[in-house]
Amino acid sequence: MSSEDGPSKKVSRKPRYSRFTQQELPACKPILTPALVIGILMCLGIIFIPIGLLALSASENVVEVVDRYDDVCIPSTDQKVGFIKDPATNKTCIRTFTIPKKMRKPVYVYYQLDNFYQNHRRYVKSRSDRQLWNPKAESSTTPCDPEGQTGDGKPIVPCGLIAWSLFNDTYMLSKNDAALQINKKDIAWRSDRTHKFGSNIYPKNFQNGTLIGGGKLDESIPLSQQEDLMVWMRTSALPTFRKLYGRIETDLEANEKITVTIQNNYNTYSFNGKKKLVISTATWIGGKNDFIGKMYMAVGGTSIVLGVIFSLLYVFKPRPLGDPSYLSWNKSPTLD
Amino acid sequence: MNLDKVSDRGDMASPRKKGIRFSRLYSFSCFRSSFRDEHSQIGLKGYSRVVYCNDPGNQEQILPSYPKNYVSTTKYTALNFIPKSLFEQFRRVANIYFLVVACVSYSPLAPYSAYSVLLPLLLVIGATIGKEAVEDWRRKKQDIEANNRRVKVYDKDRGFLKERWKNLRVGDLVKVHKDEHFPADLLLLSSSYEDGICYVETTNLDGETNLKVKHALDVTCTLNEDNSFEHFKAVIKCEDPNEDLYSFVGTLYYNDKQHPLSLQQLLLRDSKLRNTDYVYGVVVFTDHDTKVMKNSMEPPSKRSKIERKMDKIVYVLFTLLVFVSLVGSFFFGIMTENDIDDDGEMRRWYLRPDQTTAFFDPNNALMAAFLHFLTGLMLYGYLIPISLYVSIEIVKVLQVIFINQDINMYHEETDGPATAKTSNLNEELGLVDTILSDKTGTLTCNSMEFVKCSIAGTAYGRGLTEVERALAKRRGDALDDSEVTSSASLQSDDGMAPGESVKGFNFYDERVLNGQWVNEPHADMIQKFFLVLALCHTAIPEVDEEGKGILYEAESPDEAAFVISARELGFEMYERTQSHISLRELDHESHQKIDRQYELLHVLEFSSSRRRMSVIVRNVEDQLLLLSKGSDSVMLERLSKNSQDFEDVTMEHVKRYAEAGLRTLVLAYRELSKEEFSSWENEFMDAKATVGPDRDALIEAAADKIERDLILLGATAVEDKLQKGVPECIERLEKAGIKIWVITGDKMETAINIGFACSLLREDMEQIVITLDSPEIIELERKGDKEAVAKASRKSIMNQIRQGTLLLSSSGGHFSFLALIIDGKSLSFILSEDLEGPFWQLAVSCSSVICCRSTPKQKALITRLVKKGTGRTTLAIGDGANDVGMLQEADIGVGISGVEGMQAVMASDFAIAQFRFLERLLLVHGHWCYRRISMMVCYFFYKNIAFGFTLFWFEAYASFSGQPAYNDWYMSCYNVFFTSLPVIALGVFDQDVSPRLCLKNPELYQEGIQNMLFSWPRILGWILNGIICSVVVFFFTTSSAVHQAFTGDGRVLDFEAHGVYMYTCVVWAVNCQMALSINYFTWMQHLVIWGSIVVWYAFLLIYGAFPPLFSTTAYQVFVEACGPSPIFWLGTLLAVVSCLLPYVLYRTVQTEFFPMPHDIIQKWQRETSDDRRSKLREKDTLLCK
Repeated sequence: MSSEDGPSKKVSRKPRYSRFTQQELPACKPILTPALVIGILMCLGIIFIPIGLLALSASENVVEVVDRYDDVCIPSTDQKVGFIKDPATNKTCIRTFTIPKKMRKPVYVYYQLDNFYQNHRRYVKSRSDRQLWNPKAESSTTPCDPEGQTGDGKPIVPCGLIAWSLFNDTYMLSKNDAALQINKKDIAWRSDRTHKFGSNIYPKNFQNGTLIGGGKLDESIPLSQQEDLMVWMRTSALPTFRKLYGRIETDLEANEKITVTIQNNYNTYSFNGKKKLVISTATWIGGKNDFIGKMYMAVGGTSIVLGVIFSLLYVFKPRPLGDPSYLSWNKSPTLD
Repeated sequence: MNLDKVSDRGDMASPRKKGIRFSRLYSFSCFRSSFRDEHSQIGLKGYSRVVYCNDPGNQEQILPSYPKNYVSTTKYTALNFIPKSLFEQFRRVANIYFLVVACVSYSPLAPYSAYSVLLPLLLVIGATIGKEAVEDWRRKKQDIEANNRRVKVYDKDRGFLKERWKNLRVGDLVKVHKDEHFPADLLLLSSSYEDGICYVETTNLDGETNLKVKHALDVTCTLNEDNSFEHFKAVIKCEDPNEDLYSFVGTLYYNDKQHPLSLQQLLLRDSKLRNTDYVYGVVVFTDHDTKVMKNSMEPPSKRSKIERKMDKIVYVLFTLLVFVSLVGSFFFGIMTENDIDDDGEMRRWYLRPDQTTAFFDPNNALMAAFLHFLTGLMLYGYLIPISLYVSIEIVKVLQVIFINQDINMYHEETDGPATAKTSNLNEELGLVDTILSDKTGTLTCNSMEFVKCSIAGTAYGRGLTEVERALAKRRGDALDDSEVTSSASLQSDDGMAPGESVKGFNFYDERVLNGQWVNEPHADMIQKFFLVLALCHTAIPEVDEEGKGILYEAESPDEAAFVISARELGFEMYERTQSHISLRELDHESHQKIDRQYELLHVLEFSSSRRRMSVIVRNVEDQLLLLSKGSDSVMLERLSKNSQDFEDVTMEHVKRYAEAGLRTLVLAYRELSKEEFSSWENEFMDAKATVGPDRDALIEAAADKIERDLILLGATAVEDKLQKGVPECIERLEKAGIKIWVITGDKMETAINIGFACSLLREDMEQIVITLDSPEIIELERKGDKEAVAKASRKSIMNQIRQGTLLLSSSGGHFSFLALIIDGKSLSFILSEDLEGPFWQLAVSCSSVICCRSTPKQKALITRLVKKGTGRTTLAIGDGANDVGMLQEADIGVGISGVEGMQAVMASDFAIAQFRFLERLLLVHGHWCYRRISMMVCYFFYKNIAFGFTLFWFEAYASFSGQPAYNDWYMSCYNVFFTSLPVIALGVFDQDVSPRLCLKNPELYQEGIQNMLFSWPRILGWILNGIICSVVVFFFTTSSAVHQAFTGDGRVLDFEAHGVYMYTCVVWAVNCQMALSINYFTWMQHLVIWGSIVVWYAFLLIYGAFPPLFSTTAYQVFVEACGPSPIFWLGTLLAVVSCLLPYVLYRTVQTEFFPMPHDIIQKWQRETSDDRRSKLREKDTLLCK
């Protein structure tokens, strides 16, 4: 009722015109025309195949030696687990292999574990970042159970399953009876050294419990210098993983014999995990892996093949113009 | 404000009307009500209401505690808002799921932190509740407005005072002035007319535009002064509140006598007082007891089909989620159990399975597996995205803004923009299969115009009706421009400037106008013809407020058109008294304007059963004339045997007019001898004086006696003008494959005519007519043998349906050739007698259906049945309160705003000012919204599945332990920052085809009707695409950087960097997929799509720069590990391209070989624009040469 009066005062409800409100903004309306698709496919091929070749050649240039030792560095008894768990047994093991091709420095030494679930939820969460960085937060070990505190309630530093299961095999490499220096400096990420592991935090009560997990830590060295621990604590994404052990700062020539003295301490026998020693060079693309190169070539190749197929179809079987009369949903004859 | 003005006028009651006893004019409807059976039930169950009139202090009145007249239509109150709205919210299955997840996420089961679940849930629920609150507040405001309207209420000491509606009590005496609405159901006591009649407009109730006459009891008629109520006391006993608008039973105890009350005395709330200065009444029903309120249905909450289907998809995905979680927990259980072997030795000792919580306990692996199942449900919760609901709400609100803002749906004259009342149904607009339309006021303007007439065998009137135009157009007659121009020039020749047209009169003929008719051959006939127009009606003249001319208040627009035409043709009725009608007329002999008075002796009014009206007048020459008008069939029977030679010609004209979509009436007259008249009058008066059930029949028989041996004068043709653009609109809607049903209260003939006018029916169509109007059935009905009637009706309808089906099969199923016309009676019969099956088969096969003579209730019923019968989306469009049921029943209700009341608009989901805007609303906005929402939903599931399944694949490599592959924050931000805006942009802005082309190619609309864009194959296709994408991303990222060095300095990919790597691929892939799927790139799309990707990198940088205690696994990852690694960049490119390639190929093949409608139109548009461009270029080169 009230709307009926005062027509003079009434503001017009007419919508204001603007290209935006009328949905008439200038727009580009791409549609997948055959020409466009063929062009895209060809371009893809032309770009991808060279990239693939490049990546493949980079990967080919990497020299990699992998030596599995978990099965040989153990007496062939049924008591593998017992052997490895026994602190008294001598676990030294000597392996030799030849360098297939010249390896330019730096040569990276990795250990590779298999079937080890560093990405298990219980495992991943079992650490205390606060404790690692802040000396006052030593006792914040809640996420670390059951490796948070010692039996008498003292906090373990570093706490948690990850630290507790620290990898503790050691490798001594020698070339022609001369020891090869393995540089273990700078194998962890810088951010770990500077911002995650405190320089004033020292290991405490570590591996003091009844059940010993993995390696021990030197209680006189601050965590920020315990690079093995840092590397280990950067958990892996997949159950098969390599971790950097160190670097050899000399070139290794082809056919040189390398002898490795392994302390086979780490228990992977309980869960049937493999242990491998890897020495490898790295190029711009990283380590040896053909996947990127091959896939680039495959995708590029497929694109070109498809492009050609589409072109042929386009030439030999051209489609009629887009014709709205094809839209007729009503199949009855037209009325006039 | 306005009311004051009106009432002021009302107080100066015009003395002119005082003396009239109009009841004399109404021989039929104003009969005295007699005690009927029901009256004996007063006081019993169902009839227990007692109203003490004008007795506010009466204890007994207060006792039954009838409510005050405070009306509340809101859904919530301030008190129950929170609990009730929350309850409403959690009726959605998805919300319950999310709530459970949020609760569980506070336990250690959660793979990620709780706030990332709870926050979005609060947002969704908050937003929806907010929307409810706003909507309810709007209703509240309307209530407040209605409750605070004022009406004059009698107070013992101070007379009639203004009081708010809400303070009215049962038993109050009120005075309502002209053009005011009745505040409650009132019992009419008296009116400004001596005999206590009043006119009521009930458009708001039943949509009928003609005025109804209400009649007070004779005993109370005299109480028509403000001061006559001092000692008035009465008691009304009547029926309890009920929803029946057409019956009222009660008894008035007044002055120690009982008087029966009927509907004749009841003034219903929401109807309006017309043509009467004021009435006095007693409040009988208030508030929710009023008939109108009892009739109003709870506004149903409508959900779109897409949304309902979305629920089903959610169920599918939930099944998938459960399945995936089950698989996960199965393997998890096995692996966990194996953690300690039979000897009690730990296998995966680094997990310390000997000292563990229930979640990882190898000794109770079953329990661990079950708990893990819960964790899995949360972890893979991305399959059922809560943000989808938020996004859809946002998108719909924005879509609504665009609909409201559309300048092409704005109507200048009524200042009416299109308004979407709800945002729930935007996409439903793109799915409409059947439109059910009201006629009057929806297809037509609801204003009658006198356009043609045939007098003494000569057709006058040069104008073309819309139907004629349409017909000519269809026939392909190069529509004689000459004729059109000539008629246009005619207008100006006649001195009638085109702008100066008179409402109700659209007649151009130089032979008749400006008094030229006197020169025509049958001038005397023409004069009588005009006399009938000027005298045979019940309209009342009223001097214009500005004194300019005379206005008429008529019962129906048709009648108004007649009186106005008579005025324009030189027979101006300027006064009407009890017994006389005065005309200022042109004498055909003297060519002078003279005033003449006609003595009005009897009015035999129009009724739907009589279908004619007559008046008996005595002219100045003391001639007695019976002037009569009526429908052709009725009148034809009554023409004198030795009738005019032009009868055939006239009937031919009538037929032509009807074909032209006009309402026709035949006019005739007869001179009466004095003896004949007086003998008939005696008989008639006797009949009128009888009391009893036979009275009607007696009066009718008496009337019948005099309405005989008429002399034909001619016929009139009145056009209910179609709204602008209706035929074109309907044609295009039909082309779009939408079936149109017109449901109207009109007669079959009129309905068919209108059908032709708006190109719903065409010349070349077969009409199947189903009616119960056959003579045998009418005969049986008269006998009152209900069983026989039912039997005969059934037989007749079966027959008609069978014939229709035969016709259908003979036409080979080309349904565009068939139109079904059915009347309300047959329809309700069909519906009640379960003949629905064959009927639906027939109805669905017809391209247009017209239901005539249907009541408002039937409208709703038909709508429901169409909805159920076809299982597709129905849209109802109407403008009056009588359409409310239909609008609420249909999947979408569209109200025409403007002329009639606001009821329809209030009940509608969308309001537009003109019918023709429906075309744009459906074909453009409907199509777009449908497309946008379905694309959006599909894409949303795609992107969340692409993301969610990477988690699952990762799980497979993490011994299904429930460790998410990504940082918590990445996960919570996925649907908020990195992928949300492009989806919303898609949902709000995407256009496959420009509006112009949408309208030009209505066939495009089939995408919606056939639901091509939201079909299961398409949805599953997108789900599959998501799974493919996740597989590609996961395996490409892991294989490209398995365990070898990831960077040039020999470092390997760890868990943290791998998460970033994979996540980057997903963000790129889903955003590029978006770029591929949308059709419409403005700067906005570029901004949001590429912006989202940039935001991801920015987020990585910023979040990664926070101290590690906050950023945890994201600390410096991008700067240190991913950024410098070529594998990261190469791998991202590779994975993204590989993700998109399958889709591109699919789309290419599809657009090339199995194009969808929009593909064809897009391509066509591209090609034609290319053509034009190349042609232009050719031209240029030619010119250069």
